[in-house]
Parts: sequence; structure tokens; C-alpha cells
Amino acid sequence: MRFRSPFEGAWADPDALLVIRTGDWRLERPVVREARCSHCGLCWLWCPNNCIRDRGTHFAADLTYCKGCGLCARVCPAAAIVMREEDGA
Amino acid sequence: MAETTTFTNATQILEPFRGVKKVTIEEYFTSGHRTCQGCESALVMKLMVKAAGPRTIVLGSTGCMYVANTTYYTTPWVVPWMHTQLGSSGSAALGTAAGLKALMRKGKMKAEPINVIAFCGDGGGADMGIGAISATLTHKEYNSLILLYDNESYANTDIQISGMTPFGAHTTFSPPGRAKRIMHTRWKKNMAGMMAAGHPECRYVATVCASYAVEMMNRVRRALTIGGPTFIHSLDPCPKGWDYDPMLSHELGELAIETGLFPLYEVEDGQVRYYGKTKAIVEGRARKPVREYLLKQGRFAHFTEEDLAYFQRKVDAMWQTWEIPAVVPFKRLDATKSALGAT
Repeated sequence: MRFRSPFEGAWADPDALLVIRTGDWRLERPVVREARCSHCGLCWLWCPNNCIRDRGTHFAADLTYCKGCGLCARVCPAAAIVMREEDGA
Repeated sequence: MAETTTFTNATQILEPFRGVKKVTIEEYFTSGHRTCQGCESALVMKLMVKAAGPRTIVLGSTGCMYVANTTYYTTPWVVPWMHTQLGSSGSAALGTAAGLKALMRKGKMKAEPINVIAFCGDGGGADMGIGAISATLTHKEYNSLILLYDNESYANTDIQISGMTPFGAHTTFSPPGRAKRIMHTRWKKNMAGMMAAGHPECRYVATVCASYAVEMMNRVRRALTIGGPTFIHSLDPCPKGWDYDPMLSHELGELAIETGLFPLYEVEDGQVRYYGKTKAIVEGRARKPVREYLLKQGRFAHFTEEDLAYFQRKVDAMWQTWEIPAVVPFKRLDATKSALGAT
């Protein structure tokens, strides 16, 4: 963690902001079965971390930020998202 | 002074979203914030600012959504955001709206409608900040929205009792024990009803739940369009405070509505309008038993049948005896008369 500016006041300089990669909190990873995804967007709408991205034909989680809560798997009407355990990598 | 009175009180005209597909894709509350897994309050922030759009100023009083989101050197907010003190969300909203208006009147800033939203938690809003919010709702010449996100405890400082904690819940201030099972015997405040009943200048009060996301965003858009001070109360399931698996957040929000525990309504110019599942309940659909909602949560795990029955009785009374069901707790006049006649 290094700051570009030696002074405080991060708010004036967006480059100096830290990015918290919340993905490393995750115990389970959402895996999208693309064939079943109907592209309805409910997981995108209800993801509290804002990490579901539109991939054109289906939605998938951005694993840099996904905290692995499993809400998307629960709200998916087509059951296209399954939670798989992280293998510790 | 003539200028002050003639200055227009314009607001942005935000049309309601018609369906999930019509929701805008731009995000003004991005990833990388440190809220818990499955935090519904973070979802409320995301939907609130998505509904409000880019020309918005957000003011946050101390609480989960301030501390977890904006730790030092980080921020998920794309729109301008400022922290205010714990009890001062109302004052901050009023001051910002008044300041913007003054700058525009003096020509120091381009005159355009800017949304001012202040959010507060249930501790900051319903316990400490209620005086400031109440004062803000009497100033009809300033456009601001106060959004209370209610996770039913001081969740940020590790789940202490607030005025919005429901009866009997297990918090760090009310741990159930062998000698005394129910340590919290007070009933939850009726915040939206109180704000709607007591503020004649406030044109719009609504209750929302993020489990009904499109409806929720449309309520925010309506509140910002109608102008003047407005108030929205949102119920947010909290996995840490309510003690359940984070993936159930969405369902617990839905169950709170379907059991009738938390009604969804909007009060616009004194007219109460129920919407969503609450409308179906008012029109005669059966409410689910509250035990379905309560027993999914660890904070009610110590409840016995007796407590569940008491809880159900209180909720039934809310729907059956109140003058406007689930909104204001006044009894009907004829019921009062007959009660007087009986004695």
C-alpha cells in the first residue's frame, strides 16, 4: 500500500484512492451455467456489492469484488448460478 | 427578499422505471466497499443513488453505511458525498439544500435542480436524529430527501438495541438468559407513520424494501420529483445483526412484507396508497404467520410458542384495529364509542 501523495487529503486526488479487493473474503464462488441464464438481470439488480457484470449473453460476477454471499444464486429464477467452494488458490 | 420568494423551487423530473429492463445501467455506488456479505443496506444505497441519477449530492450520517463504505482513503461513491455527524442528517440535508439555493440565487452557480439526499441509520435517524429530521420536514421551501435505512440495531458498533429493534430480539444489550428470556420488551417505533402524521408540510413519506427493487427506486424517484422535504423508511435485513445466512437477505425482506410486519405504503399529500404485496394484504389476501419470518433469524431463536403468539397478536392488532391499517395506530371512532358505552 503506497500513497502517491505525501500529504493527506485523498478526496482531492482520485488517483491516490485505495481499492479494496473484497474478493479475497470469499469462501464460495458463484459459477454461472451460461446455457441456463435467461439474461433477466435480477442478479445484477440485487447484488449488494455491485459486482455482477453484463457479458452480452449472460451475467457473471466480477471475482475481484465478489464477497460470495450467494444472494445471486438464491434470487436467480432459472437456477443458473451455483455456489462452488473456493479451492484456496 | 422578493427574489427569495420568486426563486423557483424546481426539481428534477424523474419518471418511474417500468420494469427491470428499463433500469439505467450506470452505477453511482460502485464495488469495493467493506460492508458485510449480503448487506441489504449497501443494496439500498446502490439503488437509491441509481434512482437519483448523476446530479445528486449524498450526505451520510454516521452508521454502517458511512463507516463500512468510506474507510480512510477509500470511497465507493461516484457522486459527491459528505459525512455528517450522527444525529444531524436532517440538519445537513436542510443546510445543503439551502446553501445550493442561495448560491444559485446569487448567480455563483449554474441554476439547475440538484437532488440532495441524506441517509441515516435507525440509530442516527430514529433515535438521535429524529429532532433534526422532524425540523427539516417542516421547511417546505427546500428540496431534500431523508432516507432512513433500518437494520433494527446499531449494527456498526456490534448490534446494540436501538429504538427500532423489535420485541424480544437478541442483541448485545439484551442477551436472553435462563432466568429471564425476553430482555427487550419494547415494541418497535412506527417511524414512517409518525413522520407522515405529524408533518403537514411534508408532501411525501414512503416505506420501501430493497427486496422489491424497482418499486423501491420508483419511490425514491417520486420523492425527489415531488419537491420539498420528503422521507423514506427502508427495512434492510442485516445478516450480522439478525443472525442468518447472508444468502437469505432477499427472502427475509420479502417475508417481512408478506407477514404484514412491515407494510409498504406511500403517503402523498395526505393520501395513503399501499403498493406491492401490502396492497394485496389490504385487499384481503391472507398474511403469512410471523413465525416463518422470526424463526429464520438467530436473534429470535430463544422465542417460545408464547412469545410467537404474542408477536402474532401485536401484528394482527396492527392490521385489524388501527384506523388506517398498519400506518397510524389510532383506533376507530365507532369502536371507541362502543367501548365507552359498554363501561
